[in-house]
Amino acid sequence: VHRRAAGLLVALLGACALVLGLAAAPASATTTGPVIFGTITTPEDEPVPGVVIDVTGPDGFTGTSTTDAEGAWEVQVPASGSYTISLDESTLPEGLGLAAGSERTVTAFGGKVRVQFPTGDSVLVESSKVGQVIQLTVDGLLLGLILALGAVGLSLIYGTTGLTNFAHGELVTLGALTTYFYATVLSFPLILAAAAGLASCAVLGALQDRLLWKQLRRRGTGLIAMLVVSIGLGIFLRYLFLFLFQGSTQQFPEFSGQAGIEVGPVSITPKAIIGALLAIAAILATIYWLLRTRMGKASRAVADNPALASASGIDVERVINVVWILGATLAALAGVLTGLTSGVSWNMGQQILLLIFAAVTLGGLGTAFGALFGALIVGLLIQLSTLVIPPELKSVGALVILIVILLVRPQGLLGRRERIG
Amino acid sequence: MDFNSIITQTLTQAIGVSAVIYCLAAVGLNVHFGYTGLLNFGQAAFLAVAAYGLAVSVSRMGLSLWVGILIGILAAVLLALLLGVPTLRLRADYLAIVTIAAAEIIRLIVRSVTFREYFGGSDGITRFADEFYALNPFSGPLDLGIIKFSQNDLWVVTVGWVLIAFTSFVVWSLMRSPWGRVLKGIREDEDAVRSLGKNVYAYKMQALILGGVIGALGGFMAAIAFQSVQPDTYSTEFTFFVYTMLILGGAARIFGPILGAAIFWALLVFVGEFLNEAVNKGVITFLSNTQVGQIRFMLVGIGLMALMIFRPQGILGDRKELALDAR
Repeated sequence: VHRRAAGLLVALLGACALVLGLAAAPASATTTGPVIFGTITTPEDEPVPGVVIDVTGPDGFTGTSTTDAEGAWEVQVPASGSYTISLDESTLPEGLGLAAGSERTVTAFGGKVRVQFPTGDSVLVESSKVGQVIQLTVDGLLLGLILALGAVGLSLIYGTTGLTNFAHGELVTLGALTTYFYATVLSFPLILAAAAGLASCAVLGALQDRLLWKQLRRRGTGLIAMLVVSIGLGIFLRYLFLFLFQGSTQQFPEFSGQAGIEVGPVSITPKAIIGALLAIAAILATIYWLLRTRMGKASRAVADNPALASASGIDVERVINVVWILGATLAALAGVLTGLTSGVSWNMGQQILLLIFAAVTLGGLGTAFGALFGALIVGLLIQLSTLVIPPELKSVGALVILIVILLVRPQGLLGRRERIG
Repeated sequence: MDFNSIITQTLTQAIGVSAVIYCLAAVGLNVHFGYTGLLNFGQAAFLAVAAYGLAVSVSRMGLSLWVGILIGILAAVLLALLLGVPTLRLRADYLAIVTIAAAEIIRLIVRSVTFREYFGGSDGITRFADEFYALNPFSGPLDLGIIKFSQNDLWVVTVGWVLIAFTSFVVWSLMRSPWGRVLKGIREDEDAVRSLGKNVYAYKMQALILGGVIGALGGFMAAIAFQSVQPDTYSTEFTFFVYTMLILGGAARIFGPILGAAIFWALLVFVGEFLNEAVNKGVITFLSNTQVGQIRFMLVGIGLMALMIFRPQGILGDRKELALDAR
């Protein structure tokens, strides 16, 4: 089952890479993040300067722009979401009216969103549905890959130790925070900072296992008790991060305002492409490790039956420690990639933890390949669901799917029946 | 350092409004986690649907407060059914994930801009409990020197403690009935109970509903006491607090959740007041007031870990009775 699933996943990842590669081919530069823009002209195509446009959006966002000599206006908004754009009609020159109302609501996903306020009797132009679907598919695959990094680690740790780790999100945050530390305080170039961050997280992951979880296993602490301990650890780490890092969202010093590449309806930044390729490489390496190396095979043996693995000469504690190192490093990479696209904050890991759990459950608890598969589906589902539900509720859709999956196929898509007992 | 004010605040808060709310949530959770062994991490959701059920009925639909309470209880029962159907047949950690997810779903929906006209977005709904305060029999504030309550708080706290006493009595009598013994049996060994011909699924569902409705009473108290409902009150952190309280006091003990909630809340208030006072008076100079709040949360995290590792039975619990991992 594992080998066939792996083949399927490699094909899937290949497809992801292809889609991303195609999207990246031709280039024309724009700014990152959603930009809402437009041009105000008279019916005779003469530009209209000095018109005031107000933009309001989620979380109390407000922005204002005034049209320039070419009649152009532009508002950069902080995040994807639904925005209301209104044109102050009193700022239009006398004798000029609007053909189709002074207010528009648009859903901005990234790239540029054109909003038109036709004067006279022009008509409203909206971006095409097909374009949106393609853009959302690309966004969904990117998100899915990030979730996969977290989900595979979580699933490997669960598989080998039985621990449902509610502090896994903090490993994600830790990756972003250590990278941020190296990049700002020590002024490393970002690539080097990320490498140092991942290395630190690998060490901290090993330490966490040695100092906490190994001791608990030795004491014979039960799995439910360990689950509650991981919740306590999660709370502690989260507020430690808040204490050290403060509450605001920070950007890495490099690549934060990177120019995007636009192909027809799709807009994608080079950093997102490189991030996706890195994630794919990390996942492929993990698959290779699981299927081909002695340690990887040993980890699967431990997941299957620790007592039998131990009896056949496998050092179970060492395998678990390596799995922790791997899990922490993958989570840290997820943190760095999330930080690149949406900034670094103290609770960024907590925000995606439930989605990671959804991915793991969807694929089947304890199956690494299932986690991967589940993550890509959850990522796509979240982004594509914004076509029919408001973007602010997109996570709700994913969580509802999680519950429905448990109702119809509790062992997950690739899980085995006996695991759910 | 004004120790007098710190002590007064701590003692008042130990039996005050917040302690009452947490206490009811913990009594309900005790039925789930302590007696039945259900790993419900969505207790906040039960309080949320009750509080919002009440607030929406009164302020959006113009119904009476008492009808609102009935609607809130129905909402809690419905939530228990919704959560229970997919998960009660599965292993404990699945229930944990699904209940946490459900609590987040509810929080995200009530705080969304899309449903603002019903739930008030992130600002929530305010002023809907005047009917409750109109019944206030107390004519003035209470001041015992070390414990101080305003006139309205005194009324809320009195009703709250009556509810705690009542629900604890109900739980106590149920748990010494044959029904309660089956629940404890399910906690210790589900298969053994099943082999005796009991419908484990139905028992678990009944326990989920009972605990959920008791939690819902906490939701009503929260909504009424502050005359407001806000989505972020009912975050997963709330549930984690309730777990810490329950384990601190001792799960599967009648007085466990009560003692746990009072001690936990008093400690939290004491640490906060003490550090804040020390910062304000310049005794501690390396912290700011915001950081004091963060330190309190860090202590909660460490406390939960330490309790679970070193004393999972809490203050009152019996380690032999509570075999946490028979599931």
